[in-house]
Amino acid sequence: MSAVIADTTKHAKSYLTDGTTIRSWLLTTDHKRIALLYLGSITLFFFIGGIAAALIRYNLIAPRGMIGSAETYNRLFTMHGVVMVWFFLIPAVPVTLGNFLAPLMLGARDLAFPKLNLISWYLYILAGAAALYSLIAGGVDTGWTFYTPLTTAYSKGHVVATIVAIFIAGFSSIATGLNFIISIHTLRAPGMTWYKMPVFLWSLYATSVILVLATPVLGMTLLLLAFERIFHIGVFDPAIGGDPLLFQHLFWFYSHPAVYVMILPGFGVISEIVPAFSNKGLFGYKFVVWSSISIAVISFLVWGHHMFVAGTSLYSALVFSILSFMVAVPSAIKVFNWIGTMHGGSVRFDAPMLYALGFIGLFTLGGLTGLFVAALAADVHLTQTYFVVAHFHYVMVGGMVSAYFAGLHFWWPKITGRIYPEIWGRVGAVIIFFGFNLNFFPQFLLGYYGMPRR
Amino acid sequence: MSEVSSTQEFQYSSPRHQAESAISGMWLFLATEMLFFGPLFLAWIYSRHWNQQGFDAGAQQTELIIGTVNTLVLVTSSLIYTLGVSFIEAGDSRKLIQCCVGAWLLGLVFLWLKFGVEWRHDFERRLFPASDFAIDDPHRDGALLFFVFYFLGTAVHGLHMIVGLILVGWIIFRARRKEFSAGFYTPVSVVGLYWSFVDMVWIVLYPLIYLIGRGA
Ligand SMILES: [Cu+2]
Repeated sequence: MSAVIADTTKHAKSYLTDGTTIRSWLLTTDHKRIALLYLGSITLFFFIGGIAAALIRYNLIAPRGMIGSAETYNRLFTMHGVVMVWFFLIPAVPVTLGNFLAPLMLGARDLAFPKLNLISWYLYILAGAAALYSLIAGGVDTGWTFYTPLTTAYSKGHVVATIVAIFIAGFSSIATGLNFIISIHTLRAPGMTWYKMPVFLWSLYATSVILVLATPVLGMTLLLLAFERIFHIGVFDPAIGGDPLLFQHLFWFYSHPAVYVMILPGFGVISEIVPAFSNKGLFGYKFVVWSSISIAVISFLVWGHHMFVAGTSLYSALVFSILSFMVAVPSAIKVFNWIGTMHGGSVRFDAPMLYALGFIGLFTLGGLTGLFVAALAADVHLTQTYFVVAHFHYVMVGGMVSAYFAGLHFWWPKITGRIYPEIWGRVGAVIIFFGFNLNFFPQFLLGYYGMPRR
Repeated sequence: MSEVSSTQEFQYSSPRHQAESAISGMWLFLATEMLFFGPLFLAWIYSRHWNQQGFDAGAQQTELIIGTVNTLVLVTSSLIYTLGVSFIEAGDSRKLIQCCVGAWLLGLVFLWLKFGVEWRHDFERRLFPASDFAIDDPHRDGALLFFVFYFLGTAVHGLHMIVGLILVGWIIFRARRKEFSAGFYTPVSVVGLYWSFVDMVWIVLYPLIYLIGRGA
């Protein structure tokens, strides 16, 4: 009897109070604590990237710029891109909500490799330190895409430090993705078949497949880039028979699938929240699941749409254009399933649901404008304009950031044991939705009328 | 209740469950490694396609004998390690240690031949792609490109070798503390997969460096 009592008191301790020293946090292998470590660190980078974004907008107030030179402006938008892509959007949902929820949803006590999970956080911190160093030392002016020969021969920024940062961050992503895949394969609770898994796990799985298979390609590409930058001779250098376009192929082979790393976990979050606030089961579970998987697969086959005007052959451009259109099919299936879930349900408009609804609207707009730029003829006009900027911000910010906030609100009580003030949650969701549209919708028009993006 | 052993982590239902997860984890990691080396090989073959004569001129300057000996050394090392795995499957920890030491020493021989001898020669003969590059026109440019791949490819492979040696050393260390038995040898298998993979990479690098274009 006394043993039972001792046992319950032991379980009364939550993961938050079980050990309060800094050491107990920094050396933890508990997936919940690692999720919180990640939450803190990606929030920091979200603010850094956000400050850069605010400065970009501030600089754009006057035609000549409000702060410094065009060079400063280039460094601002590069830092904004690098920080937001690799230090916020790609890790955001998997490392926080994913780490926290995956074992709970699987019915496992932890992920398959808890130590690897902690290592991935330290890699992230190391990468973040390298990124901050390059920021403080003066930044980079190449854009987040690091095109050659600008990056290898002409840029005066701290290219190598930034490359090192992204390279290390890549290994952090790989570790996370590997952990999720193995956990989902081997740690499902007895009786939990694949089709009984919560749909969030499926989207984490699809995300992890991309992380694991695409990120290493970026790693080697960055190594080739760094070699060329350091020794002034390299494989992308046309002067000695190298091919700058090869860089774009390799870079986008990673970076297009990475776009889906940024949005797939968001799909998962929304697919959990919409049924919860509609008082109905998810409409078409298998369709949602398989659309995630097919998005992950097709995402590997569309990278060429970033190079329609870069001098690739017309036939390859045609194929890439058709394949890019195909991604729209599973994406649309998801949107219809969410709407089908709400149809006939008793929908409650709590904060997470408001964010989710915002997500559905903004993502749909972002996705549909994606078809404009995937069409060959339209892309010739729209490429390198603000239209593209608006398009991917609708997907990344309107979509992913909304989904991230939706998930944070939805699972906040689970994570912290406290409830947030509902009214402020709703106000936040509404402000973000309208503020976002106010900021980015005009960019569609600006771009359509030809305003260049940089 | 499931059996509990000291090596079992709490999220697994049995040691076997844990072993399977660890081994599939390593396989997946090796898949990422293949995709890590993939762009290097792709870019290598692609660049060679456009600069064939330059690449041939570069390949002719490489040291075929050292490369071939190194290939044999590395494959033998893997073979010996794999023998070690089958010894520990039968519970022979002493033979496992002997095999690992053999594999480790052969790995060291590879590194010494590659970086201590071959690279030193390469630098002495000014084959590093820099302004004092030894090969002159008309094939200078392509040969430069070849040696970019050569140095980057062998350096990255060499780093993997060093990691492999650390891992094999760790296996020796643990085996000497009698941690492995016929019932538990997962780390031995996992490291074995990695050690064989390092070979595989070399098996692709070897023809790319030494063979293709040598006869041209
Ligand atoms: Cu794309």
